[in-house]
Amino acid sequence: MASKKLKRLDLVFKDEQDTEAILKKTFSRPESDIINDLISSGLKGRGGAGFPTGLKWKLTADTKGDEKYVICNADEGEPGTFKDREILSKVPHKVLAGMAVCGRVIGSRKGFIYLRGEYKFLIPDLEREIERFHQLLEKLGCGFRVEIFTGSGAYICGEESALFESMEGKRGEPRNKPPFPVTHGYNGKPTVINNVETLAHTYSIFKYGPEKFRDLGVQDSRGSKVFSVSGDTPVPGIYELEFGMTLQKFVDDFGDGDTKAVQVGGASGFCVPRKKFEKTIIGYQGKLTGESLPTGGSMMIFNSSRSMYNVLHNYLDFFVEESCGQCTPCRVGTQQLLLGIEAVKKGEKPSSYLDKLLELAESMRITAKCGLGQSVANSFASIVENFKEEMIY
Amino acid sequence: MEDVKQMVKELAGKYGHSEKGLLPILQGIVDKERYISEEAMVEVARELDISAAQVFGTATFYSFLETKPTGKYVIRVCKTISCMMKGKNDIIRELESVLRIHMGETTHDGLFSLRETNCLGQCHKGPAMLVNDTPYAELTPEKVRQILCDIRKKEFPGN
Ligand SMILES: Cc1cc2nc3c(=O)[nH]c(=O)nc-3n(C[C@H](O)[C@H](O)[C@H](O)COP(=O)(O)O)c2cc1C
Ligand code: SF4
Ligand code: FES
Repeated sequence: MASKKLKRLDLVFKDEQDTEAILKKTFSRPESDIINDLISSGLKGRGGAGFPTGLKWKLTADTKGDEKYVICNADEGEPGTFKDREILSKVPHKVLAGMAVCGRVIGSRKGFIYLRGEYKFLIPDLEREIERFHQLLEKLGCGFRVEIFTGSGAYICGEESALFESMEGKRGEPRNKPPFPVTHGYNGKPTVINNVETLAHTYSIFKYGPEKFRDLGVQDSRGSKVFSVSGDTPVPGIYELEFGMTLQKFVDDFGDGDTKAVQVGGASGFCVPRKKFEKTIIGYQGKLTGESLPTGGSMMIFNSSRSMYNVLHNYLDFFVEESCGQCTPCRVGTQQLLLGIEAVKKGEKPSSYLDKLLELAESMRITAKCGLGQSVANSFASIVENFKEEMIY
Repeated sequence: MEDVKQMVKELAGKYGHSEKGLLPILQGIVDKERYISEEAMVEVARELDISAAQVFGTATFYSFLETKPTGKYVIRVCKTISCMMKGKNDIIRELESVLRIHMGETTHDGLFSLRETNCLGQCHKGPAMLVNDTPYAELTPEKVRQILCDIRKKEFPGN
């Protein structure tokens, strides 16, 4: 049994059935107050990129447009992440309320939940919930409506611009940025796209005010975060924890006593070896002591029985398959990295070849068109550099 | 031919005669026919007044949109890291041996197709798989046999 050293929080999953009161109260406030609350709460996007949510809503509110959209990103494809599924099954009303308030603030009447195809089994319950929610909105005189749009098995569609393309009937290929969704999103219209968890957090902020949220966490990383914990742990599952813990504290609670590394943020995140647990802090990149790591919440724990070569091989295989193939650095780069580590392992290439591969990964970070290709270097470099012997022998 | 025409017409009636309806229409075809034939793609292009190349491009992009005939039940086993650590290879071996097919193939009776897929969002309960839309988690070889047996019983109540 894990010792309970880290405080478990219950903001997101607390089953609060007071949507009507919250919405009534929030709808009656000026839009600028709502935005200011979100900004001062310090809430940042929980989908991985960490953009300040209040600012995103404000930018979209400030953009003129005859039509605007609110989109909930429920594509959750990052390996090791499963918290959005849980949020949508346990507290969907919080996510819907967040969407409706966003609609009010930015001037949108239409919301979509982009649900990954792997979660189609959630649809019947979710539709019932949406139906109930629409009745409530009607009662409150609000014309906002939500629809589910289902994906079809493509990790890249979690990237916001690829998601819009997908909804427009195209291949899920990311667009150039700028322009950003706040001015040119779905249908080329101003769009707020937020992660499931981000929207669920807005509910707590509307309900309790920004202070309670702000009091949690650390500078630059406010509030609680829902973590998906898997791998070599006696207690895999979903946990809501405060931002700002060291990885050591996390491992003390969730490891199996033999943890050699933790992958923070999924295949596109970073691998942290044991010797760096103490000075690694879980939060968004900011002015924290030591290294801090942003995370969509995926925490994969590896004990000393695991081959980090196999881990990296699995990630690269994932990227090769999920690259949309649109730009050369990523399409060719992911394949070359995979072939490259295989060649070194088999002794067909000298170990110095790993340095060439590291250069390739770094150049992908600069030249790839979207976050997928850009972040391959995160796991590649952090695994190769920290576990070089395992790559060779 | 008429059947395909009729099906596409109905789906377009439901999801709209524009590009925005394309993905839901293609998903609807897979739900009904298990895969999207070339004939169906051409029909969708005609119905939405877009190029067949666009329909083909979209249809082939998404891993869940099958464009070749598949079994009535598509089994997708997660091969991503957390499930790999929890023994997805044993699960695949069991499936292959019970179904007597290899990964990627379809059984002779057309009942099952076997695929690998990436993370299903069930990592804390690996190994995991999807059978059509239904997820199964914390799999063991015994559990896999039971799941296949239950499906067969449902399909052939007599046996
Ligand atoms: C390859 C890739 C995949 C992504 N997948 C997801 C996803 O599944 N869910 C998600 O919320 N954001 C995902 N994102 C981030 C989105 O592009 C976007 O930043 C996010 O939905 C914004 O919401 P937030 O500000 O609330 O985090 C992904 C980004 C990239 C580059
Ligand atoms: S970086 Fe990869 S996923 Fe992104 S646009 Fe380029 S090929 Fe597609
Ligand atoms: S790794 Fe298999 S479900 Fe996530």
